[in-house]
Amino acid sequence: MSLDTATVRRVASLARIRVEEDELPRLQSELNGILGWIEQLQAVNTDGVQPMAGGGSEKLRMREDRVTDGGIAEKVLANAPDRAGEFFAVPKVVE
Amino acid sequence: MTAATELTIAGARAALAKREISAVELTEAHLKGIEALNPRLNAYITVTAEQALEQAKAADAALAKGEAKPLTGIPLAIKDLFCTTGVKTTAASKILGNFVPPYESTVTANLLRDGAVFLGKANLDEFAMGSSNATSAFGGVENPWKRQGDNAALVPGGSSGGSAAAVAARLALGATATDTGGSIRQPAAFCGIAGIKPTYGRVSRFGTVAFASSLDQAGPVARTVEDCAILLGSMSGFDPKDSTSADVAVPDFAAACARGVKGLRIGIPKEYRLPGMPAEIEALWQQGIAWLKEAGAEPVEISLPHTQYALPTYYIVAPAEASSNLARYDGVRFGLRENGGDLKDLYERTRRAGFGDEVRRRILIGTYVLSAGYYDAYYLKAQKVRALIKRDFDEAWGKVDAILTPATPSAAFGRDEKQDDPVAMYLNDVFTVTANLAGIPGLSVPAGLDTRGLPLGLQVLGKPFDEETVFAVGRALEQGANFTATPSVRAAA
Repeated sequence: MSLDTATVRRVASLARIRVEEDELPRLQSELNGILGWIEQLQAVNTDGVQPMAGGGSEKLRMREDRVTDGGIAEKVLANAPDRAGEFFAVPKVVE
Repeated sequence: MTAATELTIAGARAALAKREISAVELTEAHLKGIEALNPRLNAYITVTAEQALEQAKAADAALAKGEAKPLTGIPLAIKDLFCTTGVKTTAASKILGNFVPPYESTVTANLLRDGAVFLGKANLDEFAMGSSNATSAFGGVENPWKRQGDNAALVPGGSSGGSAAAVAARLALGATATDTGGSIRQPAAFCGIAGIKPTYGRVSRFGTVAFASSLDQAGPVARTVEDCAILLGSMSGFDPKDSTSADVAVPDFAAACARGVKGLRIGIPKEYRLPGMPAEIEALWQQGIAWLKEAGAEPVEISLPHTQYALPTYYIVAPAEASSNLARYDGVRFGLRENGGDLKDLYERTRRAGFGDEVRRRILIGTYVLSAGYYDAYYLKAQKVRALIKRDFDEAWGKVDAILTPATPSAAFGRDEKQDDPVAMYLNDVFTVTANLAGIPGLSVPAGLDTRGLPLGLQVLGKPFDEETVFAVGRALEQGANFTATPSVRAAA
């Protein structure tokens, strides 16, 4: 599988990363280099193998459904690039 | 007495207990070294001198009252991936360039609980993605080691390059690091020090900036195997704030170093003998086998047949998880914001400006392999191969107690080498990445010098939650190697 420029543009849009037109050829060649190299996995027989999703063999724990913290709006907002009162502020989304 | 910056952690602890040195003197000696060498090495992004001296004073007070804890007064470097309350935590990225966490990571909280002194935040590859520390938004780190008769700057390895360089150059007694594909063990090997990536789940990931959550594990780097054991003892432990933290007891790792290896069966995986591998790497490996044999262990040839697929598997799984984890950097709640016309434009401009080349590349690869139509072919396939890689190890544990391999396929390389070809850079992790995929512990031990005088490491892999055997084998290698070489750039004694 080899990516064309339209696919690179689409993936960049999905990833919400701006890519300038003049960056596309280099990016396309780098991504194809990496994808070409990982293509070798297709040679491995994985019939009937359960995919390994996590990093350990531990089962995920359940925990009691209760509030463990909160009431720290100032801390949560301390690094916000823009705020309005106790809210994060963003450019207008709905007209 | 040994100069303060030349002490091991075990030695410093004894010297502090006997009041041969004060914690303030120990910290001041390191701060002096940092002042002299950090402008050149760039091992620290942020130096917290004032805070360190306050912590050292508190340590002296505790020592005077006989209330010493395991790390009271021990000066450490903290990889700038661990959130530290009130101290800038950047992940070496522009996107977090001014981020000041309002909370403490569990690892650093545990170290503070045990009395450690934090000298500052160590440099790394951006978001821990890299093998040379070259991707840091705050500039590369210089390896304190030089090739004989050549003053060219070499890379310290990565991603924990600042941590490893700081410890090697005597700018800290030990450091925290993290390892997603080899980021503790490769820089440790390149800088002539020891470093362990523990079992997945051994150390809490809470408050550590995430890269690939099913692979990330924190661990220590230090100048001896025993020092790594002491630090890991403090860093480890069950944490309800990390859903993958293992609820298992923390053994006395330092005690395990002295166990010896008599009767242990040490696996030598034939697939780690790579075509074109430098002869000196093979020779060092054979030497390691000989040391362990002399110490009473029995080498056993084993097969880990899916080894060759580990790196390509990693370069699907890790970017996929990274693309998901790094979605949070959107310019809205914290970090950099680049304003644009609408919200999508704001996201796209922020992420273009905030992430460096390698991070953007991995996010794009990850987005692609998770996207509709490609998920099964890439991501699901990689998860299945990952299961096979783990199965190889599970089967090996029936025959052996630990596994010995080289740590890296080469010694440290020049700053201008391997930077143009992402895949060539990825091959650095060929021996280390399997441990992350299988979730098992791996320790790198400095074992010798190459023909140009640069350090080389050997790696010990162990069963899940059996770091004790890994430490015992590591200590035996350390005794066999008797590695006493020091880097040419280091704090004056």
